[in-house]
Amino acid sequence: MHGLINKAIQAFLSDAFGAAAWDRISRHAGLAQDLGCEGFEAMQTYDPHLTEAILDSASALLDRPRASLLEDLGTYLVSNPRVAALRRLLRFGGVSFTDFLHSLDDLPGRTRLAVPELLLPELLTEETAPGRFNLTILSCPPGFGHVMLGVLRALADDYGALTVAEHRGATPASGAGRTDRRNPGLVDESIEIEVHDPAFHDGRQFDLAGVAEA
Amino acid sequence: MNRALPPPAIPLALEAPAVGVLMPMFLWLDGSCRIRAAGPTLHKIIRRPFIGASLTSVFHLRRPVEIRDADDLVRANRIRLSVTGPPATGFKGVAVPLATGNGVLINLSFGYGVHDAVRDHGLSDTDFAATDLAIELLYLLEAKNAVMAELDRTNHALRGAKQEAEAQALTDALTGLGNRRALERAMALQTASGRAFGLMQMDLDHFKAVNDTLGHAAGDHVLSVVARVLRETVRHHDLVARVGGDEFVILLHGLADFGPIRRIGLSLLERLAEPIFFEGQPCAVSASLGAVLQCPPPHERDAETLLTEADRALYLSKNAGRSRLTMIDVKGHTETIPDTPSPAEDPTEPPGQGAEPVRMPPSGPVRANQTGAPTRDKPLTGTP
Repeated sequence: MHGLINKAIQAFLSDAFGAAAWDRISRHAGLAQDLGCEGFEAMQTYDPHLTEAILDSASALLDRPRASLLEDLGTYLVSNPRVAALRRLLRFGGVSFTDFLHSLDDLPGRTRLAVPELLLPELLTEETAPGRFNLTILSCPPGFGHVMLGVLRALADDYGALTVAEHRGATPASGAGRTDRRNPGLVDESIEIEVHDPAFHDGRQFDLAGVAEA
Repeated sequence: MNRALPPPAIPLALEAPAVGVLMPMFLWLDGSCRIRAAGPTLHKIIRRPFIGASLTSVFHLRRPVEIRDADDLVRANRIRLSVTGPPATGFKGVAVPLATGNGVLINLSFGYGVHDAVRDHGLSDTDFAATDLAIELLYLLEAKNAVMAELDRTNHALRGAKQEAEAQALTDALTGLGNRRALERAMALQTASGRAFGLMQMDLDHFKAVNDTLGHAAGDHVLSVVARVLRETVRHHDLVARVGGDEFVILLHGLADFGPIRRIGLSLLERLAEPIFFEGQPCAVSASLGAVLQCPPPHERDAETLLTEADRALYLSKNAGRSRLTMIDVKGHTETIPDTPSPAEDPTEPPGQGAEPVRMPPSGPVRANQTGAPTRDKPLTGTP
């Protein structure tokens, strides 16, 4: 798993639950020694088991279901000032939330353009009825859909859209994703999104050429 | 590029709004360079009525600089122009002729100035053609900056850790002086640079007795005090290294003769002859010194030879009764100071053995000889 993802998880856990909680989690996961005092490094690729171990320990120590932790991680990625650059990159997807949903198919490709080693699962958006979308995440590590659910809910708010989004469950990976990830642990997950009003409130300001608050 | 396109069999006719969708920054000029129409994004940028105005009243032409008519723009391979007046947004463009008598169609682009233009004019996605890669470019620019910032942070942390590790690798943990590695590095650097330097080796007398009778804490305390004395006695750019339990080496930069070594040596002998107190107990040590000079090329000697010679000089000091400095010059001449006998030392005691009782060091002769000029039994010169 790419360091940027691991680092995002670390930043979320330390910001939301405190640096001491992160220390406990990384110790419980048996990683404190390997990672050193700084934790994950952004530009390094780690074994996926490390990520799994961190998430399992976080869920156990914080007594929170994994799905809800992951959804909070997604929300954090869009709304926390510490990762403002990411929110800006997501907002490049379109001028409205509906536009953004249509642009999700391009997200893994865009990401790869910027950081070639950062492989995101393939995303498939279908408008099943006017204002009704189905997002399928192909061949992803279990729980990725919950992160996306958090991202979508927070971004809908960022755009000022009134939406309802729900996780529709996971099935074993069909192998439909273009990336060669027919790993038995991978799944396809889907999310249903209803956009009731794309301009329900003003949302947050976004300038294309703005400077990301670091 | 060939601009003289053959007329299509069926002329391609488009309304200006449709052209605006494909090219939001198009300009339609008549034959005499008057602007007949412009794309919506250009209207947003120029912000004043300019339809009917001449091209050169709205834009500053950079390439081609001079034109007689609109066809000159077609003939130019590439067009460069900027808006007159601040912020002088720049464009690059290309012009094609329209059907006879209808003038020229120009398509403009921001080129690499896209980020500034978007910021200066508050542009958004819809101001670009759906096929334009400008948004992707902005996205990449932003992603690159975010990644660079992250890398920068990582680099910064790594650099700090590297410096710390390097410093630790060259430092003696107990005294904060250099260690053997630091000494070897400094000697290699100095020898390679062809400069002369002095090398003084120092051994504490009676140190083992302090350790044995007062314990290691007392020994460590003595070493720390000695380290401080050494630092205070030499110049700040000289290197002081602890290379063994109670062995120290001082590298004195840029010395061509033994004069400064005598001064520094006597000063050290005097200061270290004073007892060092640990928890009220006097720890009586003194120092024996041996010094040599590294000569400039072609007479330079390798590090090992120098250290062996300094060590030999040190043992001459010990044999002469301790608390002395012995210098050996490049020809092998030796000089030991102070050269008075040492009544406090038991002459039957073999030097360098650890079983000395803890007692006041043989400080008498040092005091007695302090003001007298050191005597020489043989001539000593720094440079051969």
